[in-house]
Amino acid sequence: MTAIEVEGLSKRYGPKVAVDDVSFAVAGGEIFGLLGRNGAGKSTTVDCLAGLRVPDHGRIRVAGLDPRQDRRELRQLLGVQLQESELPDRLTVAEAMRLYASFYPRPADIDGLLARLDLTDKSNTRYRRLSGGQKQRLSIALALIGRPRIAILDELTTGLDPVARRDTWQLIDDIRNQGVTIVLVTHFMDEAARLCDRVAIMRDGRIAALGAPAALAQPTLEDAFVALTGRRTS
Amino acid sequence: MKMLTMTEAKLLVREPLALFWGLAFPMALLAVMGLSSSGIGGVPLVTIYEPVVIAFIGVAFGVQGIPVQVAGYRERRILRRLATTPAGPVRVVAAQLIVSLVVVLAATAGVLAVGRLGFGVPLPRQAAGFVLVAVLSAAAMLALGLLIGAVAPTARSAGAAGTVLFFPLMYFAGLWTPQLSPATRHIGQFTPLGAGAQALRDTMAGSWPHPQAFLVLAGWTLVCAVLAVRFFRWE
Repeated sequence: MTAIEVEGLSKRYGPKVAVDDVSFAVAGGEIFGLLGRNGAGKSTTVDCLAGLRVPDHGRIRVAGLDPRQDRRELRQLLGVQLQESELPDRLTVAEAMRLYASFYPRPADIDGLLARLDLTDKSNTRYRRLSGGQKQRLSIALALIGRPRIAILDELTTGLDPVARRDTWQLIDDIRNQGVTIVLVTHFMDEAARLCDRVAIMRDGRIAALGAPAALAQPTLEDAFVALTGRRTS
Repeated sequence: MKMLTMTEAKLLVREPLALFWGLAFPMALLAVMGLSSSGIGGVPLVTIYEPVVIAFIGVAFGVQGIPVQVAGYRERRILRRLATTPAGPVRVVAAQLIVSLVVVLAATAGVLAVGRLGFGVPLPRQAAGFVLVAVLSAAAMLALGLLIGAVAPTARSAGAAGTVLFFPLMYFAGLWTPQLSPATRHIGQFTPLGAGAQALRDTMAGSWPHPQAFLVLAGWTLVCAVLAVRFFRWE
């Protein structure tokens, strides 16, 4: 079963080409990594998948749905964690979880999810009093509260300490084992190698390489990444 | 929607500065006027100022509060995150408007109570007309605030725009000089709070407001709301 299909996706902002004829498919239950340097087109691709941007060209299907035309249905199935997305300062962790849970017909168990992300003792803490890592963990929790069939996680573990990172990886593994398809945008090669079944390395809006991390690694995934994206085209 | 509205209400209650400026300050201002023994043409100052203070509440929550809330939610990508959930971003903005409208009307009732109980200002004699004008004035201020929030790039610039607008709006409402000259009064009747404060004054004195006041208030509400929806920047 194919969870996500992208065919010939292109998007430009004025003269700048952000995504240039990108195609890939993600199988159901797969963890698919999107790698690339800043400005490579990862976030634009993800925005198009989530229906936040309209592609200039190309065809996208997420769970068989068109992210723009069927956005109402898609929002029920998709959990998205965006970069730099905040919450109101004076909202507590538990209130944020209850609010987001109220958007979905069958939300996940709030206490269980908070426990998994080590936020239980922060339940009554207001957002602005959380540390960077705690905010990040709350953001992950909110993306998963609706029991999504597909989760898009942009910079999953940025700002997390090593222990929290490992715990988050375990959580992502567990969620995948429940059949959830995951698109992971990351800068961390160890994270991609550890979690992803396949990765796409993007450069200048195109996919420079696509395959299993072990197959791309020469000798490590990071070496392959630097070799593929390090040189500047000028 | 109910949960969003309750959440926005909770968040507003946790903003001590907004509550002070929009709730406590107008009542305190009225009380100061009430303690003064002076008046204009035999009418006590507190009676003259009550409609002005009510207009002030609308400006505080509508033109100064709403723009900062809306632009802040955009700036902090809260609207963007909501756009990925079944709730969508429109509903949270609607929730902010509902909560503000309720608070403005509650604060208006509070000012009437302070005036009546504290200083013997009679309650509006044309009660139905007063309620209608109060709701329309609040709606005009919320729509204007929504328009600012819709287009202001940051919470900071939204706050600045609200503060700049505060002065002309309240000038024509009569905050500094309750008795405007004929020329300024003529201009003022086309501004939302010039029309609004005069209509509030009329209904308090017992007469039905001039139809033009309704037209001016409804016109500002409609135009600002349409422009806000048309030009709303979601990110």
